[in-house]
Amino acid sequence: MPHDHGEHEALVIEDEAGNIEAQIIVDALQGVLINKGLLTAREVTAAIAKLESPGLHLGSKIVAKAWTDPAYRARLLSDGRAAVQELNIPVTEARIIVVENTASVHNLITCTLCSCYPRSILGQPPSWYISKAYRARSVREPRRVLAEFGLDLPEDVQLVVHDSNADMRYLVLPEPPAGVEYLAPSEMEKMISRDHLIGVARAVK
Amino acid sequence: MTRFSSGDTVQVMALGKTGHVRIPHYIRHQIGRIVDYCGTYLNPEDLAVGNTSGRAVDLYRVAFSQARLWPNEPVPQQDMLVIEIYDHWLTHVEETTDAP
Repeated sequence: MPHDHGEHEALVIEDEAGNIEAQIIVDALQGVLINKGLLTAREVTAAIAKLESPGLHLGSKIVAKAWTDPAYRARLLSDGRAAVQELNIPVTEARIIVVENTASVHNLITCTLCSCYPRSILGQPPSWYISKAYRARSVREPRRVLAEFGLDLPEDVQLVVHDSNADMRYLVLPEPPAGVEYLAPSEMEKMISRDHLIGVARAVK
Repeated sequence: MTRFSSGDTVQVMALGKTGHVRIPHYIRHQIGRIVDYCGTYLNPEDLAVGNTSGRAVDLYRVAFSQARLWPNEPVPQQDMLVIEIYDHWLTHVEETTDAP
């Protein structure tokens, strides 16, 4: 399983054979639209830059708030979208479902059909999330996938895989680390990674 | 009034539809349990062909036993998969041990 933590993760545009038919069609269409004056090259470039801008990770702010404010945590679990919006994060998804890890439950998020992902909160998904290998194996053999990410989930911890196949988008609320009450929210935020919110990582430390 | 409630045992149908359907093959024919009602959404099978005036359909989150989904894999009994299924792909079934 490729697992690249780099800042710039390429989006998958070709199929396994390296074919780029879709790219050729898109280039031709773009040429036509620009020639007709319906679009400018500058607009296209700006839209791509926005799509590919890395580092958007507002999830840690949400998690730190939930760890320090029990009433907020309750609101987050009952209506994720409204609770995320409370933090002035503009949510474009219809509904955000927050699933909570506990000592006996671990949650993992996937989209077996394409690349559904809470983009307004986490930005673009990493390339491995879009890969056919992750999409197939995260449901068929999720414990092996987690092991490849360095997470050996004990047998007695229940694993719940969420297939984000339709209209919902998901975030995992990780368990707080020991001594969380002594940490400032800014310190917590540094410890919480994108991988914790997808569920391919578990312990926050 | 929705057709299903949380806790109901349901089976995912194999409707044999072509085109843009959001119900993956691995979950068709499988028996699970309703865990959450998500509200109504425009049917992606309509939206994919540009029909934005179709009837909104109920969407549910349904839980399945991983050990039942993947009988050839070594899966702990308590592991689950939860997936979103539109109302028209679901049918009621009798209570069974197949559902988690």
